[in-house]
Amino acid sequence: MAKSRYTKDHEYARVEGDIVTVGISDYAQSQLGDVVYVELPRIGRKFNKGEEAATVESVKAASEVYAPVSGEVVEVNSALTENPAKVNEDAEGAGWFFKLRIGKEAEVGTLMSEADYQSYLKEL
Amino acid sequence: MAEATTPPYDALARTPLFELHLELGAKMVPFAGYEMPVQYPMGVLGEHLHTRDRAGLFDVSHMGQAFLIGPDHETVAAALEALVPGDILGLAPGRQRYTQLLNDEGGIIDDLMVTRAALADDDGRLMLIVNAARKQADFAHMRERLPASVRLTVAEDRALIALQGPAAEPALARFCPAAATLAFMAAMSAEFDGVDCRVSRSGYTGEDGFEISLAADSAAQVARALLTHPDVAPVGLGARDSLRLEAGLCLYGNDIDETTSPVEANLSWSIGRRRREEGGFPGAARILRELADGPARLRVGILPVERAPAREGTEIVAKDGELIGEITSGGFGPTFGGPVAMGYVAAPHAVIGAEVGVMVREVARPARIAEMPFVPHRYLRKPKGN
Repeated sequence: MAKSRYTKDHEYARVEGDIVTVGISDYAQSQLGDVVYVELPRIGRKFNKGEEAATVESVKAASEVYAPVSGEVVEVNSALTENPAKVNEDAEGAGWFFKLRIGKEAEVGTLMSEADYQSYLKEL
Repeated sequence: MAEATTPPYDALARTPLFELHLELGAKMVPFAGYEMPVQYPMGVLGEHLHTRDRAGLFDVSHMGQAFLIGPDHETVAAALEALVPGDILGLAPGRQRYTQLLNDEGGIIDDLMVTRAALADDDGRLMLIVNAARKQADFAHMRERLPASVRLTVAEDRALIALQGPAAEPALARFCPAAATLAFMAAMSAEFDGVDCRVSRSGYTGEDGFEISLAADSAAQVARALLTHPDVAPVGLGARDSLRLEAGLCLYGNDIDETTSPVEANLSWSIGRRRREEGGFPGAARILRELADGPARLRVGILPVERAPAREGTEIVAKDGELIGEITSGGFGPTFGGPVAMGYVAAPHAVIGAEVGVMVREVARPARIAEMPFVPHRYLRKPKGN
């Protein structure tokens, strides 16, 4: 499986060719608590890096999921609509949110490596 | 996670169960000036469902406990009736009642439970339980208005533990068999494993259950004892909120505040006939007028049709887009199985079943005005030795 890169807002971005799979990190799901609802973007929707792309809600509050890089939505994980708990169970695997066709290749390099993300978490 | 997160909040107060919460793996958060458990490792969803299925144990020691003390019940009750619209004079020994402290405009300063002691020896005493976030304001307000013959004594060294759910009675019976025979909204002094407690059969979840007031020093012992019962699990403030929301119960600061009258808040049921006829409480002119003519707005249930929760602050619109109200509490109801909310809607639109829109992330999502509770109350109905 391709390595994941991460954002400061705890999204992960797993690049395979020109497609990136986006979700929230395991740390993020543990902070959020039980996920009860997920709102996914429309296929074909284009986002700039940092734009709100999806919403994830716990019992208590709603959180935004931001596009880690610019791109166009090519696939969404509809399984999360029926079973939002998947985000807690396997955030970085089966709990993925959406896939983007990468718009600006150079943006991928600005994301944190897994090692850098783990260091970042230690400082929080 | 094995460890509780304990933020370095030096200014926060702690309840007598603080150490126990850490031992149980609680995630602690600031709430009303206290460090409180928002959840334990079971999580908010799990704790909520456990409470309705079996029994949840809640630390609510942050709430204010106080006594009104006077020469006899009639004097103390009259003093309190000058501040609340409830029937306190008619409160029988060993009974508890829900009412609200009102300001001069008929708005709600706080909602509270009032209990009259069961025994004649304690005549002239009323026990009050008020919200943590309002207790200082409540006590100051009352002190200013009480007659010389009645004094307010704040119980500084007491804890309050709630045990709620269908297994609450058998769990309590194991240690305090007398209190397990209480009727709904009744109260007594009883011994729990040798510890003196005041127990009422009431709560904030819509389930059958009890609230136990006791000396702070004995709180951990009683809590630990209850936790040895296989059906009892610790439950935090996160699930406490989702439970009361499903039960249609108000949260002060969200659903009721100094601008809302009990009539607007759909709490008229707590104002008895004698008080409606006689008044004699702050803001009576407004409240009696609202009872006669209807209030300008009404607290109602709102059920989103789709899955997105509609939370506090969400605007409510009519089908034509006209702004008709606002959600004051909303979230996901784990037992209900979907989003639930309550809020205020302009009276002409406050019709059960009416189709409305709720503005979530700038889109009007379909919803309807609905009866509350969203999950039926299961208060004890069968008569017990009362």
